[in-house]
Amino acid sequence: MSAQEIRNYTMNFGPQHPAAHGVLRLVLEMDGETVVRADPHVGLLHRGTEKLAESKPFNQSIGYMDRLDYVSMMCNEHAYVRAIETLMGIQAPERAQYIRTMFDEITRILNHLMWVGSNALDLGAMAVFLYAFREREELMDCYEAVSGARMHATYYRPGGVYRDLPGKMPQYRESPWHKGNDLKRLNTWREGSMLDYLDAFTADFFKKVDEYEELLTNNRIWKQRTVGIGVVSPELAQQWGMTGVMLRGSGIAWDLRKKQPYAKYAEMDFDIPVGVGGDCYDRYLCRIEEMRQSNRIIQQCVKWLRANPGPVMVENFKVAPPKREAMKEDMEALIHHFKLFTEGYGVPAGETYAAVEAPKGEFGCYLVSDGANKPFRVHLRAPGFAHLSSMDAIVRGHMLADAVAVIGTYDLVFGEVDR
Amino acid sequence: MSETQTNSLAERLSARFGDLLKVSVAHGQTTAEVAAANLLAVATALRDEPGLRFTEAVDLCGVDYLGYGQTEWDTTDVSSTGFSRGVEGEALGRFNWADRPREVSIPRRFASVVHLLSIELNQRLRLRVFCEDDSLPVVPSLVHTWPGLNWFEREAFDLFGIIYDGHPDLRRILTDYGFVGHPFRKDFPLIGNVEVRYDTEQKRVVYEPVSIEPRVLVPRVIRDDADLIQAKAEAADHWREN
Repeated sequence: MSAQEIRNYTMNFGPQHPAAHGVLRLVLEMDGETVVRADPHVGLLHRGTEKLAESKPFNQSIGYMDRLDYVSMMCNEHAYVRAIETLMGIQAPERAQYIRTMFDEITRILNHLMWVGSNALDLGAMAVFLYAFREREELMDCYEAVSGARMHATYYRPGGVYRDLPGKMPQYRESPWHKGNDLKRLNTWREGSMLDYLDAFTADFFKKVDEYEELLTNNRIWKQRTVGIGVVSPELAQQWGMTGVMLRGSGIAWDLRKKQPYAKYAEMDFDIPVGVGGDCYDRYLCRIEEMRQSNRIIQQCVKWLRANPGPVMVENFKVAPPKREAMKEDMEALIHHFKLFTEGYGVPAGETYAAVEAPKGEFGCYLVSDGANKPFRVHLRAPGFAHLSSMDAIVRGHMLADAVAVIGTYDLVFGEVDR
Repeated sequence: MSETQTNSLAERLSARFGDLLKVSVAHGQTTAEVAAANLLAVATALRDEPGLRFTEAVDLCGVDYLGYGQTEWDTTDVSSTGFSRGVEGEALGRFNWADRPREVSIPRRFASVVHLLSIELNQRLRLRVFCEDDSLPVVPSLVHTWPGLNWFEREAFDLFGIIYDGHPDLRRILTDYGFVGHPFRKDFPLIGNVEVRYDTEQKRVVYEPVSIEPRVLVPRVIRDDADLIQAKAEAADHWREN
């Protein structure tokens, strides 16, 4: 028998593969069905956000932050806004901080719903996706109610939030798609204010999380696909700069909301779920539990916000625009408005790094200002970028199908990886 | 992070490293500046020594200090003479590829900034290294100390052209295959250099010089923090309530 030469096979995974979560091009070197080397090619969605931010006044870049990690929009805004606030030495009013805390957690639930749905879909479970999107829709209505946009809200501003919570939740109108009992059911939660709506949502949501768990947690196929797959040891997680669930899944109880609290997290009562084995299944359990904890935080915020009305923006007209009514009568207010929207505000020279616990991990904003009305340098630290860089180390030796599970467990969104 | 904790970190760093580090504290955050030659030794010590234990490198990025503190509008004597209408300056976004500013040699133009995190001690540190030569910026790579910096260094190389000496795989990461130039440098035009489109006759994607005009809507202005000082004075006066 003659000797045969067997060579490894190089395979292109993506950028159009549905499990590549957008635009990941993964070059895999395969030995049969085993991955020998993984080389992710990123940057297909690179828009130069950081450079664009250097070319415009500070406030005009808030909207870009939404478009980085486009499933956890307000958390990105929070990091950027906090960096500006640190350099300017201003602090948002207490009510604004509670609103931010609440919307950060709404965002976390939005993100984790997206994650559990799409990851289950990647691994062959269709139903969870449909259920998860049902609840996402309800929370996106909250985004829409406060900002007018369902996703890219641009709601946080340096010095507070754009405006107070609406007193009335918008209702569905009768249409060929929503009518009769269906319409009545949709509108029962929407009779009162947004806080009433959130009360109804949060009271109901624990049950919904149980439903997702019903579909997955003890599901034999789900466990076969995730238990023991993509194991990250605590040492490895730290070496590769992992944060968020990727770190907590490996047993390190590290959460910026607890360890370096910002906004109103110090006043909140919540727990940090921590994994044991550091595999995909543990990270799944962490994320599911985080949804319950986020729900608890929202409930606490709603309670406080209901009892404590107040301003949601600083009364500093160099940073925040004056009221519309004031501009009609007050020359000073008109000048402030004009200056703010034509030139913006100068941020004192200096540098800072502000990080928030985004749903995917630590989202940081490194801001360098030279005193001008535009940032000198903005660098955005995206958790997904750090996580994806460890792909080769984690996926080596796994089967091809497990590469999909690992991409899923990283919770990647290419808006933030490529920036 | 309390103030005392951060201060003690700065003190501990000064005590341990002496002249090797230039330590400063601002906004409750500690920054240390280190010379490229000492970087690797300092980094290993920062990671391993008790009391420092920066086991995680959270972030690394390049900074181009060209044009730091330059404005496009004269603002110091405006109160007596009024605003000038014309805007001077060559800030980012005002030039295209052909007219980009010629390279001038400025000392300490490029820096590589690392953000370190100690999970054990809950402390952060910003470590900055300036590149000695701005025509060929080189700094030692930290990949062997913190493997997670691999992609971050590739990114800084791609966007700023900072060369990380010792990096095992220094390829471009975010820009297109075959991209020319380092787009985040301050002398790289905001509108870019080339644009792509699908050519129906040649039946392939073609690269052409950009067709858009460079344009800036808001000039870059520095006002010596006068705005904020005034705002604070106004807030103290409660002038609006009268």
